[in-house]
Amino acid sequence: MALLQISEPGQTAAPHQHKLAAGIDLGTTNSLVATVRSGLAETLPDENGSHLLPSVVRYRLGLPPQVGEEARAALIEDPHNTISSVKRFMGRGLADICKGCSCSEYDFAEGAGSDSSVPRIRTVAGDISPVEASAEILKTLKACAEKTLDGELTGVVITVPAYFDDAQRQATKDAAQLAGLTVLRLLNEPTAAAVAYGLDRESEGVHVVYDLGGGTFDISILRLNRGVFEVMSTAGNTALGGDDFDHTIAQWLAGQAGLGAEMTVHKMRALRAEACRAKEALSDVESVSVAVPRDDGSVWQGELDREQLNALIDPLIQKTLSPCRRALRDAGIELDEIEDVVMVGGSTRSPRVRERVGEFFHCEVLVDIDPDKVVAVGAAIQADVLVGNKPDDEMLLLDVIPLSLGIETMGGLVEKVIPRNATIPCAKAQDFTTFKDGQTALAVHVVQGERELVSDCRSLARFELRGIPPMAAGAARIRVTFQVDADGLLSVTAREQASGVESSVQVKPSYGLSDSEIEQMLRDSMAHAEEDVAARNLREMQVEARRAIEALESALASDAALLSADERTRLDAALEDLRAKAEGSDHLSIKQAIEALNIASDGFAARRMDAGIHAAMAGHKLEEFS
Amino acid sequence: MAISLTDAAAARIKTFLENRSSGYGLRLGVKTSGCSGMAYVLEFADQTEADDAVFEDKGVKIIIDPKSLVYLNGTELDYAKEGLNEGFKFNNPNVKDSCGCGESFTV
Repeated sequence: MALLQISEPGQTAAPHQHKLAAGIDLGTTNSLVATVRSGLAETLPDENGSHLLPSVVRYRLGLPPQVGEEARAALIEDPHNTISSVKRFMGRGLADICKGCSCSEYDFAEGAGSDSSVPRIRTVAGDISPVEASAEILKTLKACAEKTLDGELTGVVITVPAYFDDAQRQATKDAAQLAGLTVLRLLNEPTAAAVAYGLDRESEGVHVVYDLGGGTFDISILRLNRGVFEVMSTAGNTALGGDDFDHTIAQWLAGQAGLGAEMTVHKMRALRAEACRAKEALSDVESVSVAVPRDDGSVWQGELDREQLNALIDPLIQKTLSPCRRALRDAGIELDEIEDVVMVGGSTRSPRVRERVGEFFHCEVLVDIDPDKVVAVGAAIQADVLVGNKPDDEMLLLDVIPLSLGIETMGGLVEKVIPRNATIPCAKAQDFTTFKDGQTALAVHVVQGERELVSDCRSLARFELRGIPPMAAGAARIRVTFQVDADGLLSVTAREQASGVESSVQVKPSYGLSDSEIEQMLRDSMAHAEEDVAARNLREMQVEARRAIEALESALASDAALLSADERTRLDAALEDLRAKAEGSDHLSIKQAIEALNIASDGFAARRMDAGIHAAMAGHKLEEFS
Repeated sequence: MAISLTDAAAARIKTFLENRSSGYGLRLGVKTSGCSGMAYVLEFADQTEADDAVFEDKGVKIIIDPKSLVYLNGTELDYAKEGLNEGFKFNNPNVKDSCGCGESFTV
């Protein structure tokens, strides 16, 4: 008898058609997997009942890699083959990593020579890239989830830090692919935490996510606007976390017990473990007894109370507050605009941290959900919605296109294909045509922005569509399709409908654009709205004028004989007039000149038509045409 | 004519309903599908229809449409843990045969 879960009304899946989705928090220190069962999002334990999987992979000769607790245990004895904190290397070139700090920790294999090549870590099982190591962690989580849920995962949502750039996000997706997972979406970690608290269901507001983990600290300020979370600013410290708390307490213990500065690795670890135990215990009780073995074999016994602990960790908490201040300044937010602070990361269990953070932001601190699990829980909720296990009206949208996307058309004008604030993923197509007779190639220039002229927008990519069969101007039909996937990656495809020739390009539209730049672009578009309309009208008229001139010129070149000298003079005069006016900046006078030229050439056009028909019919009998 | 819940099932359903923060009770039912005739329906209920039968056991309201009740009468709903997996289990005396995985059944 299979075990069943409760579904939303009307959403019961047919047997063997379960859609299983999971949320994965792929962390620097620990990783978790969570899912929604019977309407409740919860993290999934492994066989040993542990929810946290240490993000450590150990490679062995001739044996499959070990992941998790076993690998972490081997960190000291087998450091070169055991990879931890691999997330720091994701999507990074060797040069980037060496700029950081932990370069010496691993034996990086020489890449192809270039600094930007993917770093590979030398182990007994061969050279391992960070993506491969991450994939091992994901594989373990996948196996755990599939065993628990008794079926194959349809898709997963993986969380990444808000500051991850395109390369780091892509590397994370690659790792998921390598692990055999379908990524429904990458979700920003702070957004996931906010989703876990159901903040996306509330009205608009500003939320702060304070994430103090084992080794890193991140602060993110989010603005919720019509169900969409926008990351306003992020800041943090990549070398500050609960481990530093332990270290500080351990040093205090060593001082109290009168231990010398010289300590073996083993002793230091024992001391830290004791410090960590005391710290965790003090979250619940006022005072805890501690014991430290001395060198001479005796044991120092002492007390650590909350007051002393607070005095020890206060300077460290203080260090988290300056990034908070910076993030507030970057976001341009006043303290009283903030609704609440979401606490993430094991270190936020400390009552002192909660107190200080609450004081700093003058608002409620959300701590109800286990801070180690909150990100995975949020990801699971999002995965459940994306995989289609919820009624459609509950579909939450989390991302929009910040600026319109379009292509350049004749005259340097922008034709918008996807308007700003369109929700992603989305796809739109528009048909374009050729401008000249016999045109066989088309340059597609993809631009981003709200302005009417290409020169005022941001250029994203250029590509060419070649091999268009020669046709009269305007006869070719070229369909340009814009597609933005859930991660904001844009792909543009141009396809000539008759011959099927196709060409495409992929870009990340928001890449390298900061929020303030986007805002500036939007402000400009409003400030210049009127000029832009005028500029567009003028350019459109100029393009039309050029088209009319070229059409008439090619007609004159072939059929000038049909005109009398008088007619020819009049036509040339109208042509000259239009040429002169097209250089000017008054679109109305260009329009008039075009009309004048049209009238002047009417008779000529009619005669050309007659001549054409005559030529086509000459020498044929009437019956042949019926 | 009755449907009952085990203590474990009742406790879980209450938790799930509280967590969902809306919902009148739990709807049980059967639908014709699957590899062996019938499949169970287990959903949150937001409303009841005029001819629904409503039972209450251990503080949980159970809603069943009259057609399904014929197949489910006497069923005890349990919440069980099997290895890493956990979920609801129908102990249905009407079942004569079920498919290999137990997701669908015949009466």
